[in-house]
Formats: sequence, C-alpha cells, structure tokens
Amino acid sequence: MNELQVYLFVALILFCLGLTGVLQRRSLIAMLISVELMLNAASLNFMAFNRFLTPEPAVGQIVTLFIIGTAAAEAAIGLSIILAVFRRYQSIDIERARELKG
Amino acid sequence: MEPLMAVIIPTLPELIKFEWVAQAAFYFIIGVTLAGAVSAVFLRRIIHNILGLIVALFGVAGLFIYLNSEFLALMQILIYVGAICISIVFAIMLSDPMYKEDPRRRLTKVFASVLVSLLILAGFLSMITKTPFEAAAQRSDDWTVTTVGNLLLTRYALVFELISFVLVVAIIGAIVIAGQGRKQRSLK
Repeated sequence: MNELQVYLFVALILFCLGLTGVLQRRSLIAMLISVELMLNAASLNFMAFNRFLTPEPAVGQIVTLFIIGTAAAEAAIGLSIILAVFRRYQSIDIERARELKG
Repeated sequence: MEPLMAVIIPTLPELIKFEWVAQAAFYFIIGVTLAGAVSAVFLRRIIHNILGLIVALFGVAGLFIYLNSEFLALMQILIYVGAICISIVFAIMLSDPMYKEDPRRRLTKVFASVLVSLLILAGFLSMITKTPFEAAAQRSDDWTVTTVGNLLLTRYALVFELISFVLVVAIIGAIVIAGQGRKQRSLK
C-alpha cells in the first residue's frame, strides 16, 4: 500500500461510516452529521489525488474549497428544514414525518 | 578529534528521528479521525455525535496539513468546526430535548445498514488496490495561497461567483423556511 492508497483508504472508511449513519440513524440531525462525514471523505479524496497525481496542485485545493462552501450552504438549508419539521411535528425523528408517504 | 566526537555522541536530531515522529503522528491523526467518525455515527446521544464530528474534522484538517495545504486545513477548522458544527449545536438546542438517548433500532435494520456499507467498502477497496495510479506530468508545483487566489479570480471566476450565489440563495432560503413555520404556529 503506497501513501496515496492510505489516504484513499481512510477516506473510504469515513465515507462508509457516514453511509452507515445515514441509513441507520433516525434523528435528522444525526443524519446531517453523517452527511458531513461523507462530504469530508470526498474532499479528502480530492486533496489526496491533488497531492500525488495532478499536474497542477492549486486545482484540487480550489475544488476542496468549493466543497466546503457547498457544505456550508447545505448545512444552513438542512438546519432550517430541521427546525421547520420540529415545529410541525414536535420531534426530529423522521419516522414521525411521514405525511408525504403514499 | 572533532569527527570522532560527532560519531560517538549523537546529536539531538539523530536521537529523535524526525521522519519517524512524523510517521507516528500521521498514523495517530488517522486514528483520531476514525475514532471521531465512529463516535459521530454509533453513539446514541446527539451531543456526543457532534463532539465526535468535531474530533473527526480536526483529524481531517491534520491530514490536509500532511497533504501540503495549511490553508485548507485552517479553512476546514474555521468553516466546519467554527460555523457548521456551531450552527448544528444551535439547532440541537432549539429542537428536541436532547438529554434523551435515541431509542434503540431493531437489530435487523442496524445489521442491514452495516451490511450495505460493508459491501460498498469491499467494492471500493478492490478498486483502490487494483487501479494502477500514475501521476500526470507535472505542470507546476506551486502550492501557495497566491496561486489559489489568482486561479479563483481568473480561470475559476465563474464557479467562484456561482458558489457565492448558491450561498446567498441558501441563506435566504433558510430564513424563509425557518420563518414560515413560526408564522404558521402564531396563526394557530
């Protein structure tokens, strides 16, 4: 295992932990936390490829900056949706919010 | 006389092998990151989850330093830990009473979700180990923040404007969504 593969492996484990969290937890905030873990795995991958493979090392940093910015936007929207769901159902358990379920 | 002394008495950098220390710190950071991620996912109190997430984010910032980019490590700490985690903590305080633990899920569901991610782990792992990664021809080895800023305002100017637009839309949307619920409740 060379150094690049070590980074890729760490990012892979982070991603799979986040996926487990999204599938398994039923509290909306815990799911948001898991999504942040998955986004971090993605940016770690970008940075690792940027360090070891790409011709221009500035590009990967820019992509990671965009990922961080998008994550901030996603967290703001997600948290406001969580607050709206909480006001409506008095709970952030997604099993309670099943009005759209057919 | 002097060369003999230098051979016999090792200097401090020889005693502490710095490469060895860096290697050990690297694996320590990886361990911290994974431990934080595990506690962010598997602990059942939401406030422990967010603390685990903060630990994992600090670990990823440390890995960014090992990947040559101190700038992104600082941005990671500033934006993720300083902004996102704090706003999640605010949401926790504004919503459920969080001293309760999550109710236990049925064991079959936990098992199924772990199984799905283990399958994905195995698939990607075989991909990582089998792919021959070959570096492209180096066009520049310029890691500085100056270059990043220059590229952001020249080649990537459109994406830069787009991300600021996305941020504005997100902020306005968050205000609208969070404010609408309050209006509904005051009408009832």
